[in-house]
Amino acid sequence: MEKKLTCIVCPMGCEITVDLDDKGNILSISGNTCNRGEEYAKNELTHPMRQLTSTVGIDGGIYNRLPVILSDNIPREKMFDVMEAIGKVRAKAPVKRGDVILSDVCGLGVDLLASRSM
Amino acid sequence: MREYEIVIIGGGSAGIAAAIAAYNKGCSDILILEKDKELGGILLQCIHNGFGLHRFKEELAGPAYAEKWVDMLKDTDVVVKTGTTVTHLTSDKKITYVNKDEGYVTVSAKAIIVSVGCRERARGNIATPGYRPSGVWSAGTAQKYINMQGYMVGKRVFILGSGDIGLIMARRMTLEGAKVLGVAELMPYSNGLPRNMKQCLEDFDIPLYLSHTVSDIRGKDRLTGITISRVDENLQPIAGTEIDFDVDTLLLSVGLIPDSALFEEAGIELHRKTKGPVVDEHLMTSLPGVFACGNGLHVHDLVDFVSMEGEEAGSSAAKYVLDKDYREACDKRSDGEGDDTLALVPGDGIGYVLPSKIHGSLMEDSLEIKMRVTRNDRKVKLVMKAGDKVIKSLNKPRIAPSEMEKMVVRKTELEGITGTVTLSVEA
Repeated sequence: MEKKLTCIVCPMGCEITVDLDDKGNILSISGNTCNRGEEYAKNELTHPMRQLTSTVGIDGGIYNRLPVILSDNIPREKMFDVMEAIGKVRAKAPVKRGDVILSDVCGLGVDLLASRSM
Repeated sequence: MREYEIVIIGGGSAGIAAAIAAYNKGCSDILILEKDKELGGILLQCIHNGFGLHRFKEELAGPAYAEKWVDMLKDTDVVVKTGTTVTHLTSDKKITYVNKDEGYVTVSAKAIIVSVGCRERARGNIATPGYRPSGVWSAGTAQKYINMQGYMVGKRVFILGSGDIGLIMARRMTLEGAKVLGVAELMPYSNGLPRNMKQCLEDFDIPLYLSHTVSDIRGKDRLTGITISRVDENLQPIAGTEIDFDVDTLLLSVGLIPDSALFEEAGIELHRKTKGPVVDEHLMTSLPGVFACGNGLHVHDLVDFVSMEGEEAGSSAAKYVLDKDYREACDKRSDGEGDDTLALVPGDGIGYVLPSKIHGSLMEDSLEIKMRVTRNDRKVKLVMKAGDKVIKSLNKPRIAPSEMEKMVVRKTELEGITGTVTLSVEA
């Protein structure tokens, strides 16, 4: 069985074809132009992973919101749980880019980081 | 009147890169004028990741990409004035700006780089029918409200236009708890990157209606609903295909246009297709000493390429300031084009080519030509021709209007060629 996937690793958006046997085991992966694409295809078929960016409120900043990003990808189905956890956090200026705003978000082993200094 | 070596109008990705490049080429008297309260431009509201893969080999959020550039700028002597709006640019290279500390000031510059970015096409540009209730936003405005100011713009949302901003806002609003009922696209294909189709729409089961447009907008004070209709081959709504949606918010992601107000005032020639200025091989406009780059020149899809174009413009402006021979050749040229001028024109399958012209004698050893194709296709060639003579041909596994194409041409490859050079898509 053949499965087609759009790679989301980078803006190239390669169309990856994965060949599967009856039991769902991967026989071959083609169409990707880098190793990260192969990794993506494997994950996507078993446990899709996603980056998540959002904002948290900040006191004393030049804007009301501080943009944040996760230190690593998380399981796709956890995105709304993480959004809920992010919604409960408030930062306080000054913040440096890369500062940990919330550690071990939802017990997933990833940290919430400031995307910018403010 | 204070005369600077280089004044840069607009401190977004293009302007910052231009300043750093000009400084590194030996100019020391550089001023950046930025209307917002800090440098960074549109990146500051683009909190999603994916920026910097080409430049920094990592995927950064927009504000992080901007901060890295601002940090590099701090290592230079470039002067930055934020909260400063440029109100006039004249044909004798005088700039008038206004800010809180200095009031209304006019300065001049040996070279000027205009990196003012673009504007969103708004409701008035696309002539949607119906009332004018609140709740109809351009996608970028909604993005700024949500990501920087912390105001949610609506709960039940429909999006017109499948460009990247529309797709990214579909995901963003969904994550923030809104219900996005669908995205309509006038064309039979999406204008966004494939990865955004996947991770912004498919991941959240948001339907995409291709070859559809908004045919009615309802609600008097606040939007209460919209209707979409399928369009025919002339992009006109087909009666009987209507679908109604009860929504309180309609986001418009219907294209970007370079902000050309300053170019127009200075009498700079504009490009029929890009709506930005016409430029030559050094990104110089029709007014010698005035350069353009970034989304104010033509709308890009990746910020990494905006930065690269900014660097090109910065290097060119520095050359104009520091290299007397080049400057005199440019200034003389304003009287009329020389015999060495090649016109670059779009052929079949190409929407526009940038630059519009190459001055053979002034050209550097190589030049990157940028172009936008008009259709999705696979296994084609981008071909550069003078008459029947093929100068260069590039195999492309696939092309899309949403992705800018590039072709590098060397000076030696253009030797002996005069008149018009055509770029086209061939099977």
